[in-house]
Amino acid sequence: MGNLIWIFVSAALVSNFTLALFLGLCPFLGVSGKVETGLRMGAANIFVMVLTALSVWVLNTFILTAAPYLRIIAFIIVIASLVQIVEMAIKKLSPALFRALGIYLPLITTNCAILGLAIFQTNRGYGLLEGLAFALGGGVGLTIALVLMASIRETLELADVPDFAQNMGLVLILAGALSLAFMGFAGLFSAA
Amino acid sequence: MRKPTPPSQELIKGIWRENPVLVQLLGLCPTLAVTNTVKNSLAMSAATTFVLIGSSLLVSSIKKLVPTEVRISTYILIIATFVTIADMVLEATVPDVHKELGAFVALIVVNCIILGRQEAFASKNSVGRSLLDAVGMSIGFTAALTVMGTVRELLGAGTFLGHSVFGPHYEPWVIMVLPPGGFFTLGCLLLVFSWVKRRSAARATTTAAPVAAREAA
Repeated sequence: MGNLIWIFVSAALVSNFTLALFLGLCPFLGVSGKVETGLRMGAANIFVMVLTALSVWVLNTFILTAAPYLRIIAFIIVIASLVQIVEMAIKKLSPALFRALGIYLPLITTNCAILGLAIFQTNRGYGLLEGLAFALGGGVGLTIALVLMASIRETLELADVPDFAQNMGLVLILAGALSLAFMGFAGLFSAA
Repeated sequence: MRKPTPPSQELIKGIWRENPVLVQLLGLCPTLAVTNTVKNSLAMSAATTFVLIGSSLLVSSIKKLVPTEVRISTYILIIATFVTIADMVLEATVPDVHKELGAFVALIVVNCIILGRQEAFASKNSVGRSLLDAVGMSIGFTAALTVMGTVRELLGAGTFLGHSVFGPHYEPWVIMVLPPGGFFTLGCLLLVFSWVKRRSAARATTTAAPVAAREAA
């Protein structure tokens, strides 16, 4: 149990998916304009990541042992189909949630955080529970990063920024500052 | 249909005017994650170049056979195949570099530059033009990664390709090889880029671009 908590906190804070591993930068830079959308994107990601962890475990345990060289291809196909199935299911079960997630749901397919999760999970040899804790932690970490960035950018809109800095450059430097702050979590565990 | 551009233009546009990293802001994950040393940057660039050129060639030659509805899935499959090859070749030839790049070789699959070029260019153009386009984009990507890697390794470790540059008395600026350094370096690079572009636009001369290129380099 302690191990699971460690995996969760480590994925969410210490080696945050976005700020330390650079996974999921596209949504981080693309949809971090408003806190509201950031939260929704984060929620969609948590959902897909947990499902991915589950299917990756199934793939690794039962199927890919026979053909390890098909790993990358198998993962990307499973993720793409998974996102599509989730999209259809949500559309049927909860049209309100579907409208709220909107375009962000299909975009998750090309989000490197999902494929990254699958590959890290495999490389580190996580079992089912560990994989789920890792996915949950990673998703929560992604959401924290998104919401933090969105709140900074909402405030930034009122600030008087020089003309040439009104683009991604400034956002990236802010991300650097956030990343620096998250490095402080490295001391959270002596084992980390 | 837009007017056909001279073939040389397809090659050059990826290097400066439509640089995939600095202008289109695509493929930022590898740009930030593996540029802590020049060696890693070069290995990553080589792998991405191989995948981009291979997929562009294949996609442009089979473009008439692929039904529109499943084209994205087809492209992803083609890309994933080339990535698997690159992954295995790296693992077999330079195992230590492969270990340092880790998951990021496999993550080339979701590098938006590659899928973007297939969808925007290779699926609509001839094999020759797609090859030029892919080579140009690869050079642009390699240039951006090499600049990032050079800045970060020089400042963060005081070395270039492992050779000491600043001598034994240099106190390494360690943060530059850690994750925040990646964000800072790319952020500053983009700010300089946008400043140079703004200035050359203000001058509004046709010769400004090459001059700016030299200044930025």
